[in-house]
Amino acid sequence: MTAADDSTGAASHLKAVPVRHPGRWVAAAVIAVVVAMLIHSFLANPLYDWGRIGRTLFAAPILRGTLKTLELTVLAMVVGIAGGILLAVMRLSPNPVLSASSAFYIWFFRGTPVLVQIVIWYNLSYLYKHISLGLPFVHVTFVTFSTNTLISQFGAAILGLGLNEAAYMAEIVRAGILSVDEGQSEAASALGMPSSLIMRRIVLPQAMRIIVPPTGNETISMLKTTSIVIYIALPELFTSAQNYINTTFVSIPYFIVACIWYLAMTSVLTIGQGYIERYYGRGSNRNPPSGGFLERMGRALRFGRPWLPGRDQMVLSTGNNGD
Amino acid sequence: MVRAEGVRKRFGVTEVLKGIDLEVGRGEVLCVIGPSGSGKSTLLRCINHLEKIHGGRLSVDGELVGYQQRGDRLYELREREVARKRAEIGMVFQHFNLFPHMTVLGNIIEAPCRVKKVARDEAIERAKRLLDQVGLAGREDTYPRQLSGGQQQRVAIARALAMEPKLMLFDEPTSALDPELVGDVLDVMRDLARSGMTMFVVTHEMGFAREVGDKLVFMDDGVVVEAGVPRDVIANPQHERTRNFLSKVL
Ligand SMILES: Nc1ncnc2c1ncn2[C@@H]1O[C@H](COP(=O)(O)OP(=O)(O)OP(=O)(O)O)[C@@H](O)[C@H]1O
Ligand SMILES: [Mg+2]
Repeated sequence: MTAADDSTGAASHLKAVPVRHPGRWVAAAVIAVVVAMLIHSFLANPLYDWGRIGRTLFAAPILRGTLKTLELTVLAMVVGIAGGILLAVMRLSPNPVLSASSAFYIWFFRGTPVLVQIVIWYNLSYLYKHISLGLPFVHVTFVTFSTNTLISQFGAAILGLGLNEAAYMAEIVRAGILSVDEGQSEAASALGMPSSLIMRRIVLPQAMRIIVPPTGNETISMLKTTSIVIYIALPELFTSAQNYINTTFVSIPYFIVACIWYLAMTSVLTIGQGYIERYYGRGSNRNPPSGGFLERMGRALRFGRPWLPGRDQMVLSTGNNGD
Repeated sequence: MVRAEGVRKRFGVTEVLKGIDLEVGRGEVLCVIGPSGSGKSTLLRCINHLEKIHGGRLSVDGELVGYQQRGDRLYELREREVARKRAEIGMVFQHFNLFPHMTVLGNIIEAPCRVKKVARDEAIERAKRLLDQVGLAGREDTYPRQLSGGQQQRVAIARALAMEPKLMLFDEPTSALDPELVGDVLDVMRDLARSGMTMFVVTHEMGFAREVGDKLVFMDDGVVVEAGVPRDVIANPQHERTRNFLSKVL
């Protein structure tokens, strides 16, 4: 007798057999072998010099460099995000002068290499000995600074990285703003809210859901882009590793040290991004996911199968010819 | 309260309002019906200056919408002043347009706190009373997406009322709702009308128009075809177009 012949009442006694996945086991075995080979090569090859890596991983110059990298990344992203929001709002403004200026800025800063921008900021004192605020052409000056005191090495790096980032962030923020339903600002206007308040309280908070993921991308990318300030000899993580290489003539272990720290910082940023996304996602789901990244990872990695409601009482309603 | 004289509005070259005349007195409920695309929403949006009119005169509470008269000249209002005028007019949309990132309470107190600078405690107090009034007491901390359409629309009404408007505009407030949810929203609107609120309602709920409306206006193709006491207009329409339309919705 087949299941199809059973009445629905009898079907409830049948045991459900989940689909088998032999492919997964094969894949797991292949990958396990490859990983084991890699680990073996890492450990057995003396050129990796794990002893040296262990010794320098927490060496003072490396730690200072890591901190500097973090500092550069945070400040450049602050400049980038603030500038990006400003540029995006200008770009979408009904005022044609503001909109065109923003478009020009984005065109220029996206269109030239960030390395050149940093070097120009750093060498600004070569072009302009003094920077003064005043009216052009009529020789009226209010204040004057020496360029070198105004823009330090660190300042040049922040300006170069941040102002360049602002151009990219502007497009990300603009996409976010455009993604918010027009009905939202309409409802807010109908309540008598002025447009600046609508942007700040209604549109931007909703745009954040779209803005955050690519901004996380940009931040991680920035973390590694900071290494180009080696051109103006600013001692961040990569420069610090390079200094070791220049004195010891050994390169791979120090690059590995730098990579370990870059990976560590990227991991922290990724986890932080998860929390920010959860914050801006509030109210966007009928059933909001509970718990942050760590809790969810914990749940996902828990041994055993996830509990499925009613798995034990699964019923076959169509026949099979398994007899 | 609202007076329109020869109001014209066009989008590009297409004229959407072709000279609208109507009047709503204080405390009156005016219902507007008409086929899709006849310009009902556009007229409503002109009243609180979400759209700018191109001809005629439109005034709310004796003041021209979007302009200020000084001597014999009309000065266009600045954005801040337009916003201040809008704050006195409540508007309820077909698709609710609640702010999804704010709780129900946040939605209601946002404008009073930030625009009218009402103290937070006082605004919360008032919001709770309004929620009670629309039958949603105790739902302060829910997010809009966790509510049914009918509940969302009632929150939207509470949100508009929180600004203590002197005029309420409704644009098909029940046409995005499941039939069984329509009643709750209409009940709230009926109570509001009884409390003496001046209301301008675009609707296809003929029962509501007949029972609550003081006036019924039938619009088609950018003009007012027929206006009068709802009972009369519905019972014996004078124009062929009105008769046609009514035969479809009744
Ligand atoms: N922003 C706009 N740009 C161009 N045309 C528009 C715009 N808004 C409305 N229209 C046009 O104006 C006409 C009237 O639109 P309106 O929304 O006022 O109609 P309605 O009577 O509210 O219809 P419905 O019952 O479908 O809501 C329509 O033909 C529409 O295409
Ligand atoms: Mg409409």
